[in-house]
Amino acid sequence: MGGFLFIIDLTDMTKINVKHIAKLAALPLSQAEEEKFEKQLEAVLTHIEKLSEVDVQNVKETSQVTGLHDVERQDEVEPSLYQAEALMNAKHIHNGLFEVPVIIEEAVE
Amino acid sequence: MNLHTLTLSEAREKLDKKEISSVELTTEHIDRLKTLDEKLNAFLTVTEAEALEAAQKADDRIAAGESTPLLGIPYALKDIYLTKGIRTTAGSHVLEDYIPQYTATSVEKLEKAGAVLLGKNNQDAWAHGSSGENSDFGSTKNPWNLEYVPGGSSSGPAAAVAADMAVFSMGTDTGGSIRQPASLTNTVGLKPTYGRVSRYGVMAMASSFDTMGHFTKTVKDSAMVLSVTAGQDKKDGSSSPHPIDTYTSDLGKSIKGLRVGMPKEYFIEGMDPKVRETVETAIKKLEELGAEIVEVSLPYTDYAIGVYYILQTAEVSSNLARYDGIRYGNPRSFFGDEAKRRIMLGTFVLAHGYYDAYYKRAMKIRTLIKQDFEKAFEKVDVIATPASPTTAWKIGEKANDPLAMYLSDIFTVTGNVAGVPGLSVPAGFVNDLPVGMQLFAPMFAEKLLFNVGHQYEQATKWYERKPNL
Repeated sequence: MGGFLFIIDLTDMTKINVKHIAKLAALPLSQAEEEKFEKQLEAVLTHIEKLSEVDVQNVKETSQVTGLHDVERQDEVEPSLYQAEALMNAKHIHNGLFEVPVIIEEAVE
Repeated sequence: MNLHTLTLSEAREKLDKKEISSVELTTEHIDRLKTLDEKLNAFLTVTEAEALEAAQKADDRIAAGESTPLLGIPYALKDIYLTKGIRTTAGSHVLEDYIPQYTATSVEKLEKAGAVLLGKNNQDAWAHGSSGENSDFGSTKNPWNLEYVPGGSSSGPAAAVAADMAVFSMGTDTGGSIRQPASLTNTVGLKPTYGRVSRYGVMAMASSFDTMGHFTKTVKDSAMVLSVTAGQDKKDGSSSPHPIDTYTSDLGKSIKGLRVGMPKEYFIEGMDPKVRETVETAIKKLEELGAEIVEVSLPYTDYAIGVYYILQTAEVSSNLARYDGIRYGNPRSFFGDEAKRRIMLGTFVLAHGYYDAYYKRAMKIRTLIKQDFEKAFEKVDVIATPASPTTAWKIGEKANDPLAMYLSDIFTVTGNVAGVPGLSVPAGFVNDLPVGMQLFAPMFAEKLLFNVGHQYEQATKWYERKPNL
């Protein structure tokens, strides 16, 4: 039958908006870094374009190579960290708690 | 006596016969690493006091008649394995002062077996790299030539064993990070089957690829270490219930009649012709030992780097999202260039609109690469290839070209994409720099790798050559 070979053309997709991606990934970058990374990442993406040649119709995805799935264990109560231990690596603590940066400036209605 | 040159199995014998003590063996290794590490930069932390205490305990156990493979043996750990109370940095400034509250399962097993921890090894930060140059604490040098990289990302563990500073060392292999540095330093490097050794307590790089393996001086030593680290762990859901073998029991077995596959995709234009020649000679040696050499094809090999740099970076971007500097470590501005590149590439391929074209497609091609191996193993017992397309290169040579650096893993990443075990065995030298032969076997057939590797090693003894330090 007239099979429809579905090949995605990745050539238009190799433009990477580093500024936007860095924001999504919470990475602070300088202007110089943005330019450098854009060039380097585009070179990598151009190499990756090669994957669009492969016919993947009827091929299943692999995410776990040995085929294990739905692995369960007993939900047992075990000793955990003491408060002081849990906090020992934090740079900022307050009243025995982790101090975090403000995320929401004002209360929303 | 030069105690630092002993292999693990030689040291075991001498310890059991009470010719030497673990305290003597440990002291000599600490002295050696103190003298040499100024040049090599293979260690980030040395745990001298703890080591001597552990060695004394091991001597007491030996005196009480105990004999287990690693009892009293000094070793080193890539600084990505969590060690309770001992700083663990992953080679990154983000974690320069991080003190773990718990210990990795594999390290607990080594501790229980009586192995003696000498210290924590340098590495490419977060295990991202193929040269050791991405460490935020400076490059590790190749003991065979201090101007050259030792390979990576397990740069320190490779250098530590190559320079006789540790009897063995633990590394991690996500895309070749044990086999490639092993081949560049004349050491034996094992990447076990995915799920053979617990990942619990080792900082995750790319969770569906990460394997916990080791560097040793000989193949027999490698089998001895795996006999301790292998096994299912309820704390790592992807660790396998597959039964553990007696890894040392087939070492002496003849390989007569064994079918060795030579995949044409691993002997290609662009690789160093002398490396190719060296590995072809090594494969001929297997033939002389009675093996039958069969040409095989792994047709999707060419796509492996592409698949790997989509799936691995996607997993990296997710795994490194936890480093926010709140509960531990420094803020995200402390990430080095390579971590930033991988986080961004991973974020990009997972982004809305790109997911199907990149991530999903790569997971499908991963299936095809896995099937390549399954089909090849219907015709052959093991596959033999170069572990690296070149010998070690000069520090700085590829530092500004990430793609060139990524391509140095072309012969090793396939093993991680497919999940099969791989062993790199010293196979000779080109211009006084080491070359490694890589052997692949079907899932969980590490015992077969040790058999073939040991037979080859006994016939060639490349491991006896030592760097001039």
